[in-house]
Amino acid sequence: MNIIEIISQPWHWAFSGAMIALVLILLTWMGRSFGVSMSFKNICSISGAGKKNTFFNINLKDEYWRMIFVLGGIVGGTIGFTLLKSPEPVAIADATIQSLKGLGFDYPASDEKGLGFVPTDMYNFGNLKGVIFAILGGFLVGFGSRYGDGCTSGHAISGLSHLQISSLITVIGFFIGGLIMTHLLMPIFFTL
Amino acid sequence: MNQTTEKLPRLIAFFAVGILFGIIMTKSEAISWFRIYEMFRFESFHMFGIIGTAVVIGAIAMFLMKKSNLKTLRDTAVSYTPMNFNLPRHIIAGTIFGLGWALVGSCPGPMYILLGHGYWMFALIILSAVLGTYTYGVVKDKLPH
Repeated sequence: MNIIEIISQPWHWAFSGAMIALVLILLTWMGRSFGVSMSFKNICSISGAGKKNTFFNINLKDEYWRMIFVLGGIVGGTIGFTLLKSPEPVAIADATIQSLKGLGFDYPASDEKGLGFVPTDMYNFGNLKGVIFAILGGFLVGFGSRYGDGCTSGHAISGLSHLQISSLITVIGFFIGGLIMTHLLMPIFFTL
Repeated sequence: MNQTTEKLPRLIAFFAVGILFGIIMTKSEAISWFRIYEMFRFESFHMFGIIGTAVVIGAIAMFLMKKSNLKTLRDTAVSYTPMNFNLPRHIIAGTIFGLGWALVGSCPGPMYILLGHGYWMFALIILSAVLGTYTYGVVKDKLPH
């Protein structure tokens, strides 16, 4: 196997976690803190929301690094999906595959790309339900992350690494919401 | 503290770290809707292993960086500004976020990365997240902080 083939295999969780820590360390060393959700606020500010609401009146020059970082993330995604594409779909647990059937998802066929990344059976522009859930889910993530002053990168990775109690409570909140959605709401929403 | 703004070479470095982040999140499968679904059903250790490992190594690294008084490239000390502690706010905000995270199977970082994979629905999801952020800015004074 050449180096590209080796990297293209799905990564072990321990190596993956270590690499995410490396991103945290690099950004910290470069004088910034790891946080992606603030980019949504940046987009509001770029769009002129600062004229209407002082909350969005921020010094955008101080946020260039984040916008560039996020653009890099998009490019990294493209590279990961092309040059470093996995030979097989994501190997989720058998029990998960079984429960997906209850939601009407055949795995991995429910992802049109066959990768096991997104259930495009639901999330495609030809499906009004999927479009509504996409709008709802995106809205909740955007609202919640700004109200909570951070998302998974800012709280679960950066905040916890700095031993912040407020981040720990916020992450517990992430799980309260995630468990309610996964176990109570999604079975209703997706089978309507 | 010196509040310098990055010039072009440094911005290119941030772009490179962003590319690295996108590749890591793809290869770790942490951007998979199905992995998030599996995590919230506690049917695999995968996601917990990723987050746990990142936090343990991250915590050791942050501790050492502070302990050694490391100066960052912006000539600042490594520090973290704590949030004002407010239990209802953390729980409510976290829960709202978690509801969305599980539904679209994606937190903010993965939204951009999945867009890079050509899952175009994430353009709408990001747009909606921007709208959610704007809505927070409008109603924030009515919420507990």
